[in-house]
Amino acid sequence: MLAPADGGPVNLPQLLARNVARHGAKAAYREKEFGIWQSWTWVEAAEQIDALAMGLLTLGAAVGDHIAVSGRNRPALYWAMVAAQRIGCIPVPLYAEAAAEEIAYALDHCGARFAVVGDQEQVDKIADVRDGLTALEHVIYLDGRGLRKYDHAAMTSYADVQKAGRASGLIDVVNARSAARGYDDTCVMLYTSGTTGRPKGVVLSNRNVIETSKNSAEFDHLRPEDEVLAYLPMAWVGDFIFSIGQAMWTGFCVNCPESADTMQLDLREIGPTYFFAPPRVFEQQLTNVMIRMEDAGRFKKWLFHHYMAVGRRVGPLLLDGKNVGLLDRLNYHLAKLLVIGPLKNTLGLSRVRVGYTAGEAIGPEIFDFYRALGINLKQLYGQTEATVFITQQPDGEVRSDTVGVPSPGVELRIAENGEVFYRSPGVFVEYYKNPESTASTKDAEGWVATGDAGFIEEGSGHLRIIDRAKDVGKMADGRLFAPKYVENKLKFYPNILEAVVFGAGRDYCTAFINIDLTAVGNWAERNNIAYSSYQELSQHPRVLDMILGHVTAVNESVAADPMLAGCQVHRFLVLHKELDADDGEMTRTRKVRRRIVEEKFHDLITALYGGAAEVYTETEVTYEDGRKGKITATLALCDAVVAAEHKVAAE
Amino acid sequence: MAQTEPYITADGRQIGGVLMDMRGITLRFGGVEAIKNISFDIREGEIRAIIGPNGAGKSSMLNVISGFYHPQDGEVWFRGEKRKPMKPYQVARLGIARTFQNIALFEGMSVLDNIMTGRLTHMKTGLLAQAVWKGRAEREEVANREIVEKVIDFLEIQAIRKTPVGRLPYGLKKRVELARALAAEPKLLLLDEPMAGMNVEEKEDMSRFILDVNDEFGTTIALIEHDMGVVMDLSDRVVVMDYGRKIGDGTPDEVRNNQEVIDAYLGVAHE
Repeated sequence: MLAPADGGPVNLPQLLARNVARHGAKAAYREKEFGIWQSWTWVEAAEQIDALAMGLLTLGAAVGDHIAVSGRNRPALYWAMVAAQRIGCIPVPLYAEAAAEEIAYALDHCGARFAVVGDQEQVDKIADVRDGLTALEHVIYLDGRGLRKYDHAAMTSYADVQKAGRASGLIDVVNARSAARGYDDTCVMLYTSGTTGRPKGVVLSNRNVIETSKNSAEFDHLRPEDEVLAYLPMAWVGDFIFSIGQAMWTGFCVNCPESADTMQLDLREIGPTYFFAPPRVFEQQLTNVMIRMEDAGRFKKWLFHHYMAVGRRVGPLLLDGKNVGLLDRLNYHLAKLLVIGPLKNTLGLSRVRVGYTAGEAIGPEIFDFYRALGINLKQLYGQTEATVFITQQPDGEVRSDTVGVPSPGVELRIAENGEVFYRSPGVFVEYYKNPESTASTKDAEGWVATGDAGFIEEGSGHLRIIDRAKDVGKMADGRLFAPKYVENKLKFYPNILEAVVFGAGRDYCTAFINIDLTAVGNWAERNNIAYSSYQELSQHPRVLDMILGHVTAVNESVAADPMLAGCQVHRFLVLHKELDADDGEMTRTRKVRRRIVEEKFHDLITALYGGAAEVYTETEVTYEDGRKGKITATLALCDAVVAAEHKVAAE
Repeated sequence: MAQTEPYITADGRQIGGVLMDMRGITLRFGGVEAIKNISFDIREGEIRAIIGPNGAGKSSMLNVISGFYHPQDGEVWFRGEKRKPMKPYQVARLGIARTFQNIALFEGMSVLDNIMTGRLTHMKTGLLAQAVWKGRAEREEVANREIVEKVIDFLEIQAIRKTPVGRLPYGLKKRVELARALAAEPKLLLLDEPMAGMNVEEKEDMSRFILDVNDEFGTTIALIEHDMGVVMDLSDRVVVMDYGRKIGDGTPDEVRNNQEVIDAYLGVAHE
């Protein structure tokens, strides 16, 4: 099949043309700048895209070239991706915060001839590594601040490129080139952050992107009137699908915040109807609400807690369309009037019709909180190789412990060892220049290994994910070891930002804990605990006591599950630094790189399995500007309370 | 430094002719001579630092430049004209803006409103017209707001635009004060200890902003600062004061090797 059965658009430029015809005068992109929301209609956006596309032609862009795009979410950068496609080039969005070496690796690997970047920061990063990049010819920047004195021999501003493009009158070449792009030609290339090894360039075809966008948009009944806030990294497949794929398929409006710091304010002003956030964002919001409620007067506090309890009881039932008594209905209305409505408005979530969270497990308390507010928050499970969607939760069947049913067009298979496999129209074409990895991930029939272990729940048909397949192991006595399961339980406490559990092949489990500076810092202030640094706070006896309480509670809940009872945390320590992507301990999407943490803090793990009460350690850290330094600390090693295991009778 | 011809600095900035010339300034408070017969100039486009130990008379000198103090002796020449004794607001209209050693913002007002006050000297409509806020007053407000928003963007304080200044941490207040001074679109910007009380990261940010202001808008900057590392990195030329006298004047390197300056900083008994 070379084209969609219905003769629909086969590439994004065609979708753009369709939107211009259908929704021409409707806002397509908005960006807050100089305190005002500037907007572009589909017609205006198409003109901007064409101007840049022609400009790229004047610079000599050839069919099949890779064009890197890097910077914070801005309409002009989204346009750059479509402009690349207009002239038969392949856009490669990169993580804006990535270190120079990471950017160098990607630029070198894909052999990008052009890079479209946001500002001086990105230009500097590329300049640092430019000597090693023979393919890179020209850098196009959006914000010229601080760049006046730079050598402009191989650097031009975005506006100037557009100007040259408009003057060139090459629109026929642009049109001819986009017409030549077929359904199975490459649409975009995205680098996976990869919890192990080098990033891989995932090649997605027009078919992958268009069919996935169509299916998922229909699944959630997305409409042209919908609004999204584009604030997640542009290099992440989710943002590409939401802000480009689905936006162009349905014709909804993409709003870009003024800066990273103003995201919460902009969220409130825009009031998106379709909202996507990783659990971390929801956690942060909830933590902030709770901290501010602590500062409120007694009456307000009472009001909040009373009506949130009503919301927790009734809200999810109403969302799922279940029967609710008259009294409860009235009570919920009162709650909406007094607490829930204003709170939703403050959070910027008043208009959310469909909300998704994915990437990591979300704590049941957090999930229930948003459901109580009447926000249709659902979970989905996906990955770059699947063009996001593998499973998602349909309206009315939302739970915190599953990731939903297969998305439209997706087939699922669970292997003997528990690993989840899928096959779908969204399955990626290949890893760029990496046939071995492609072959080991995708088989001849198109089945892709997710690398996650899980099972399909009987009755509901929902998929449940246990852990990364390669992380699930055995303890010394042969019992099941699933670190993620325990880590997630720990992380559900607002005071714990991150946890890493060890225990494969050992007699018992141990854990590293990262405290959440916002939550614990506020608690410290409230309790008159003085501290001068993250490190000092992390080792404060009362903080350790508090964490001990959390670990003990988690142990009790872990002990209740006969299959995983061996994973109770026997000893733990609170780390003196936050795990950080700059130090390679996490991916850019903030997933812990277990192997690297294990190697780097090898001494701490040894100490946890030794008998000492504290350990001295030196750690190398990388500052934001790339400089390296060293921090030293003496960390307390704490013994946790281990709960008695519930013996399963007659096994 | 006898050179008066325009020249280009090593980092590619254009330094023009003399913008401000202080000739033989002497300032007394009763019997105390705060400034003793000091002459120096500030050239267009440069970053000029005034340094010296506590009580050397640096702030007094800045107050003379800004027209707040009137020297008993000496002349102030600005853009080739001798300046008559003036009120501070008249000096502001000449294109001189400043920040203060102790932050002087309106604590109860939002960041935006505070910065808008920096535009006051550029507003022409009267009190009544502004109260009615129609026609010209409205257009004027919009035009001025645009300039203010550009400054907000430049200093990256969008997230606190509507926050009352009283709720901000010290480092950000300093930045807001700089924003208000910049909003006046000054020819000459006077900064009185812009980095006092800041941590290393805040100092680096502030230094970056000062350099950017100078670079992007070509604003001439005169600053007082105690952090020698910052002064030596930022400025093109440095005036050193001690006990109201000028004891050194030149590039950072010249000043650093000046014996009198070393003595003043390391401490030598004054007879």
